Amino acid sequence: MGFFLDAWTWLTTGANWTGGEGVTHRLTEHLYLTVVCLAIACAVALPVALWLGHVGRGGALAVNISNAGRAVPTFAVLVLLTLSPLGKHGDLPTIIALVLFALPPLLTNSYVGMREADRDVVEAARGMGMSGWQLLARVEVPLAFPLIMTGVRSAAVQVVATATLAALPGGGGLGRIITAGFGTYDTPQVVAGAALVAALALLVEGVLVVAERLMDPMRRRRRSRRQQSRSTPKGFDEKVIPAQTTA
Amino acid sequence: MSGVSGVSVSSGADGAVVLAGAAGKAGGDCLSANDWICAEYVRSRSQELTDATVEHVGITVVSVLLALLIAFPLALAARRWQRAYGPVLGLTTVLYTVPSLAMYALLLPLFGVGAAVVVTGLVLYSLTVLVRNILAGLESVPEEAREAARGMGYGPFKLLSGVELPLALPALMAGVRIATVSAVALTTVGAIVGFGGLGNLIYDGMDSFFRAQVLTASVICVLLAVLADVLLLGLQRLLTPWVRSGRRARRRRGRAAGRTEPSDGVGAAGGGGGASSAGGTGGVPVTAGKGA
Repeated sequence: MGFFLDAWTWLTTGANWTGGEGVTHRLTEHLYLTVVCLAIACAVALPVALWLGHVGRGGALAVNISNAGRAVPTFAVLVLLTLSPLGKHGDLPTIIALVLFALPPLLTNSYVGMREADRDVVEAARGMGMSGWQLLARVEVPLAFPLIMTGVRSAAVQVVATATLAALPGGGGLGRIITAGFGTYDTPQVVAGAALVAALALLVEGVLVVAERLMDPMRRRRRSRRQQSRSTPKGFDEKVIPAQTTA
Repeated sequence: MSGVSGVSVSSGADGAVVLAGAAGKAGGDCLSANDWICAEYVRSRSQELTDATVEHVGITVVSVLLALLIAFPLALAARRWQRAYGPVLGLTTVLYTVPSLAMYALLLPLFGVGAAVVVTGLVLYSLTVLVRNILAGLESVPEEAREAARGMGYGPFKLLSGVELPLALPALMAGVRIATVSAVALTTVGAIVGFGGLGNLIYDGMDSFFRAQVLTASVICVLLAVLADVLLLGLQRLLTPWVRSGRRARRRRGRAAGRTEPSDGVGAAGGGGGASSAGGTGGVPVTAGKGA
């Protein structure tokens, strides 16, 4: 346990928070990389996935891409990009790797969410004369919202983790505190850096869970349905319930 | 048949001759030129590559097997005691959120520098997927099947081993595949403590700017993941023959009735956890990969 006390001492020492190698600077780098890359990935993946889900095509691609994303080691891609000619352009290899690894969860979850939107509701909306755009914006996306947000959340967690690894080939971010600690055999610093990274990842996840609850366009309806289904006996077909509540 | 195999053999030999010729002409220059692809590197360092691959596979297999051993009691406990359900799922999700580099670094003071750090980290990651998928599989067992087994006099243990586990097997195997493929990729990060299998080669190659070493190790790593996925898929097919014959029969019935099966291709992913179980906080979509 001594190491963890030493790590705490490291964290509470003011000198470790200031300067170019300090926690504040590294944390800023990490957050900057995370936000920028998550934004780029969302801007690329969400329109594609929502459109594919809307027209119902490319399902095999959308699902398999997340399997492929899991099989490719982040560390290897980071090193390969750093050794390539791109490596001369500062943060560019890191940003490319971060965006690449954020895409699969976004694509897969959004696509699956769109396809799993209740077909009866979608058909009813079409029967009411909604156009394709109205259907997408008012019916399918609100219904798919929880899974879209799950995708955003796992992409964010993935980006935080990959940004940490970017420190190994010499990128910025909190991972540098860990690698610097390894370089000088300073275990308290390694543990302190790791604790910071873990805390940041959990914080990002937590913030996005709260954001999902607040932004969910159907949160009232979902909650009331959940209460209702809890009161229904086990084995009762839940799909019947919406038909009763639409009155 | 024999003609076809003969052709492929001779073309393979040609390829080897061409590669050897190129290496001979360049005199192993691809090493000094620091090319990305270098046959001379693969030839001269084959022992190093083999050792790294063996270490990589060893770490992955041990981790996934240990995780399975731990995940089973956890999942059963979470199902048996409602109060354990939330904490078990929550804890494994929290563990999954911790980035790999931080995970290994946090485990370092507990185990010291060694393979145990990497194996423990991988076990903790695999637990999330496995516990979740085992639970999803057990929950997908139809209540009628359970009732029928109880009516036939099955006790709790026989019910679990004879009815519930076989029916939960597709979801379980989907989890094992995801956990294994992730573990193969995450093992590389173990290079930070010197036990990363092929990751060690990538790490060294990064420091010495050795392109051929980095690319070769990375490619082998991806091939290992794909191979593991295919082997596990084959194992799943062997263990659950009724899934395929059932699907075929259903399709035939559907065609006979003159209607088409819903062709969403995602929701019905081999009886996997389905996307609904991804609605938790883990963020791992437990869609059974149909790839490969």
